[in-house]
Amino acid sequence: MLTSDPWLILLVVVPLMAAPLCVLLRHATAAWAVATSVSWLVFAIALKLLFQVLDQGEVFYRIGGWDAPWGIEYKLDTAGAFVVVIIATIGAVVMPYAKKSVENEISKERIYLFYTMMLLCLSGLLGITVTGDAFNLFVFLEISSLSSYVLISLGRDRRALTAAYRYLIMGTIGATFYIIGVGLMYQVTGTLNMADLSTIMPAVADTRTILAALAFLTVGISLKLALFPLHLWLPNAYTFAPSVVTAFLAATATKVSLYILLRIFFTVFGEVDIFATFPVQPLLIGMALAGMFLASLSAIWQENLKRMMAYSSVAQIGYMVLGVALATEAGLAGGIIHLFNHALVKGTAFLAIGAIVYCSGAVTLKDLHGIGRRMPLLMAAFIVAGLGLIGVPLTAGFVSKWQLVTATLEADMWPLAALILLSSLLAVIYVWRVFEVAYLRDPHPDAAPLKKLPLSMLIPTWVLALASLYFGTHAAFTLDIAHTAARQLMGGM
Amino acid sequence: MIDFHDLLGLVNYWVVIVLMMAGFYVVIAQGNLIKKIVGLNIFQVSVFVFYISMSKIKDGSAPILDEAIKIYSNPLPHVLILTAIVVGVATTALALALVVRIHSAYGTIEEDEIQAIEHEEEDVSC
Repeated sequence: MLTSDPWLILLVVVPLMAAPLCVLLRHATAAWAVATSVSWLVFAIALKLLFQVLDQGEVFYRIGGWDAPWGIEYKLDTAGAFVVVIIATIGAVVMPYAKKSVENEISKERIYLFYTMMLLCLSGLLGITVTGDAFNLFVFLEISSLSSYVLISLGRDRRALTAAYRYLIMGTIGATFYIIGVGLMYQVTGTLNMADLSTIMPAVADTRTILAALAFLTVGISLKLALFPLHLWLPNAYTFAPSVVTAFLAATATKVSLYILLRIFFTVFGEVDIFATFPVQPLLIGMALAGMFLASLSAIWQENLKRMMAYSSVAQIGYMVLGVALATEAGLAGGIIHLFNHALVKGTAFLAIGAIVYCSGAVTLKDLHGIGRRMPLLMAAFIVAGLGLIGVPLTAGFVSKWQLVTATLEADMWPLAALILLSSLLAVIYVWRVFEVAYLRDPHPDAAPLKKLPLSMLIPTWVLALASLYFGTHAAFTLDIAHTAARQLMGGM
Repeated sequence: MIDFHDLLGLVNYWVVIVLMMAGFYVVIAQGNLIKKIVGLNIFQVSVFVFYISMSKIKDGSAPILDEAIKIYSNPLPHVLILTAIVVGVATTALALALVVRIHSAYGTIEEDEIQAIEHEEEDVSC
């Protein structure tokens, strides 16, 4: 009944193999062509796997033909398939956009290396999602992290270098915490397979070793997730990275970290009620709320558009973690659906900012007066994203906030519902600031003429913007998936 | 009460904790970017020692299929750490490369001096 499905391993191996191919080609356009076709191929495989999982349930692949607890097993359930589709979608949309933007921001002889790193990062992120082995996950985590440090350091500003360095130090500490946690679990259980771990866990859950493991795992992943107050690496990294990298990482990397957190809490510790034995819930809710408010407040004061959106990302991560911390089916579904919707919304926002940087070279608000009148089509996409961040009806952001608010009410935590709505008002303020500068101020009379915006950048931005509108008005499909995924994670197949 | 036997018998784990905390402290407290990397390495090495210690059995040999070998150590954590060492080397190499680039861009590898330069830049650009 359980046959190995080779598509699962191809999802990881294809981009992994294409990366050295880009190095061998040593040519900017050729490397771009390879990266783009690979990202589309991965997108096709991801969609195929999603529909297969929805149709027939979990998909497996056993590496080397070894059976599960001994060999490494790849496994895709609904939550995993959903995240894979998000990563693949963002990858497929960002790659065509990258060509012009990267030519503008990165020196020509380095461009083929840029695509090598993008492919490695893509493969690492997909690997994290499909693997069912705790240590294998660490390896993919490091593949995606190391490549993202390199990608960030490619930014034009020299501050990109220090941002990448800081991210490297924090990211490595996070990943090392993760293997300490895995080591402690192995010491007690003697297994690394997540499904196997979850069956052994109830017998040993009360030992101090396992509690220490849980603490190490939670803190380590929270660092990668940029959960407030462990987010310090994120604003500078997103601000100074090349525009394409910011869009790609903002829409995928933190989302995948949230997925790891889901896997630890609801698969590895799935049979144990950690929320009852360990004060995880108040801790996570507290940090999520602090992130939602303090990061949104910081966003309001930012002059740099990229940094404003970076702080907004920290706040949005708060919403996702809040959903997870509720530990109810509705809450989890809210977290998962927000993961998807926020990827679309923030992807749109950062792609639009990248296009503004391409055309005007400016990214601070004071240099962008009247930009909405000078680039109406592009700024409209940004405003769609902004409305999504606030959670205005008809946008994807509304669907996820609605789901989160419903979940808090169901859990009898109405103060949380009020706080979610209140923090959304903060998003209104920072989005309004951009709107005001872009539409209500007159352009500087001596402003430099804008470069023409290539269609290869405008179309991907609008594809994501339209997707966020589509999933805001036709939410049944994604909500269904999120609910199924949440139900499976909660263990009630 | 701490048993004397525990104190000596768990000597590897005490070493792990000391190394881990020393490395972690260096990463946080040192302002020199190279010294931070040194601290990070000590921190990672403590985890390697932890994995290697936990699978070692007293008098255990390598896991070879032979009549003479009755007790053997668990090879899996050792192999895992081989992977982690490779990852650690790659991380260190990347970190050092970044420091080289930072040095040529800022002319210093002291964190406070870099921050002062960045602060000035921000004042000018805003």
